[in-house]
Amino acid sequence: MSEIVKDFTIESYLEYIRNKKLMGSKCKDCGETYVPVRKLCTKCNTANMEWVEMSGKGKVAAFTSITVGTPFFVEKGYGRNKPYCFSVIKLDEGPMVSGQLVGVDESKPETISVDMPVKVKFLETEIKGETRVDLGFEPA
Amino acid sequence: MAKLARKVALVGAGMSKFGRHFPNKRNPDLWIDAWLDAVSKVDNGINSKDIDACYVGNYSSDLFNHQGHLGPQMANLVGLTPKPAPRFEGACASSGIALRQAVIAIASGVHDVIAVSGVECMTELPTTGVTDVLATASDSLFEYPAGATFPGLYGTLASAHMHKYGTTIEDLMRVGIKNHENGRENPYAQMQQSIKEMMESKKARLEKEGKDIPDWKDEFDFLKSRSNPMIAYPLRLFDCSLITDGAACLFLAADNVAKKFTDTPIWITGTGQGSAALSLHDRDDLTSFIASREAARQAYQMSGLKPKDIQICEVHDCFTIAEIVALEDLGFYERGKAVEAIKNGETKRDGVLPINTSGGLKSKGHPVGATGAAHAVEIFKQMRGIAERNRQVKFDVEKAMTHNLGGSGGTCVVHIYEK
Ligand SMILES: [Zn+2]
Repeated sequence: MSEIVKDFTIESYLEYIRNKKLMGSKCKDCGETYVPVRKLCTKCNTANMEWVEMSGKGKVAAFTSITVGTPFFVEKGYGRNKPYCFSVIKLDEGPMVSGQLVGVDESKPETISVDMPVKVKFLETEIKGETRVDLGFEPA
Repeated sequence: MAKLARKVALVGAGMSKFGRHFPNKRNPDLWIDAWLDAVSKVDNGINSKDIDACYVGNYSSDLFNHQGHLGPQMANLVGLTPKPAPRFEGACASSGIALRQAVIAIASGVHDVIAVSGVECMTELPTTGVTDVLATASDSLFEYPAGATFPGLYGTLASAHMHKYGTTIEDLMRVGIKNHENGRENPYAQMQQSIKEMMESKKARLEKEGKDIPDWKDEFDFLKSRSNPMIAYPLRLFDCSLITDGAACLFLAADNVAKKFTDTPIWITGTGQGSAALSLHDRDDLTSFIASREAARQAYQMSGLKPKDIQICEVHDCFTIAEIVALEDLGFYERGKAVEAIKNGETKRDGVLPINTSGGLKSKGHPVGATGAAHAVEIFKQMRGIAERNRQVKFDVEKAMTHNLGGSGGTCVVHIYEK
């Protein structure tokens, strides 16, 4: 019996993240890979996808270090004296994703560089007794 | 890209004073201020009876003011009920879109005269609330949970531009310094002070309080100091546009009726709009805005003009990096070369290509939904030769452009104006 294939929805993608897997969809017609997942391939306008797991390796495409953060990050304790790093990561498989970059010196952003190799790190936050998992990265 | 089927003229333009006005002024009050200012700029006068529709650009009265459905409200306030009053939303490009749709509606023959409204009242919310509302203009599924703020996304783009082209923080600072020099000459601007003046007044204040006086040699020292805190690396406070309440109003008329209002119409000869993936991670290039390049391509093609023909331009400097990228996307400079031109003073008021003579979003202010229409107000004044104080450029402006970017670049609208 083959495993039931999860539908190519945002919720399926997020459920994989919650289970600490970075998954994308790959077009069976042209081979294009999409992360975050997409059901429709915009290269060939077909909806003929399969799930593929990413290696989690990539490079920093662009980044910032944020001192005035979103409410969620402020709640996590980030702020003026403890900035956090938002980054766009180019995965080795090709697609780019957004994620927090940890394990770097956020208060010295000059020391962080574009093209720096990184690997995936799933970030756990306790909120009201529940564990939330977010996609993140750290230096490889 | 076809020419417009019928010529469209800008026959009047005005705006409210930009600033922090809530609760003394709310959307309706700001809009009436802008309307009266624009009416005063129509040579032969204009009456609501002359107008066929009211096109309203507004980003988020829903979230800022708990008020949706702004179109009919704004129309009613200026006597345009029961005429059509649609509202257009494209983040910070909302009233640029309203302007473009009005141009298209007049060119099509459906309407002869349209009032374009741009309005936004942001300070009803505290700064943290404003930041959160602005974040909804970017991707709330994947960017926002990863910590992206509006300045954060532009800081991210800046890091890519710095890496690829060697752009420096001083290059960013020059944009802010220049725009404040212009804004101090604009009585409608939110901050009518140069950065040097702000630096001197800060020194004076510290001296008065008996504190150590910093040894800032110039604006750059000041801008690198703690007085200019980091918001989202490499962007500091003075790299960011302002939180503003304001409105702008434009009157557009078809060629056969324009002469009723003025003998010197300004023709809108090119309009273009482009789009891009909402998330930065879904874009091929993080050092340029594809929506801007597409909007500009359409507008140039429609007007038959080239970048070198444009004499002045109001560009969307929501952050200093955005002005640098805009100058490249609009074709004024090669990719990576705009910072050199800025350094040489080319984009100053007395340069060869004055950019943001109004003071830009940085100094004039950025009531997001009003910004696109306010761009056109400055172009109207410069082309008519009526820009206030010492802001009027020293040559006759025959060809000009506005560039209005939405969110982190998901939407862009470009217009070309000719006498
Ligand atoms: Zn495909």
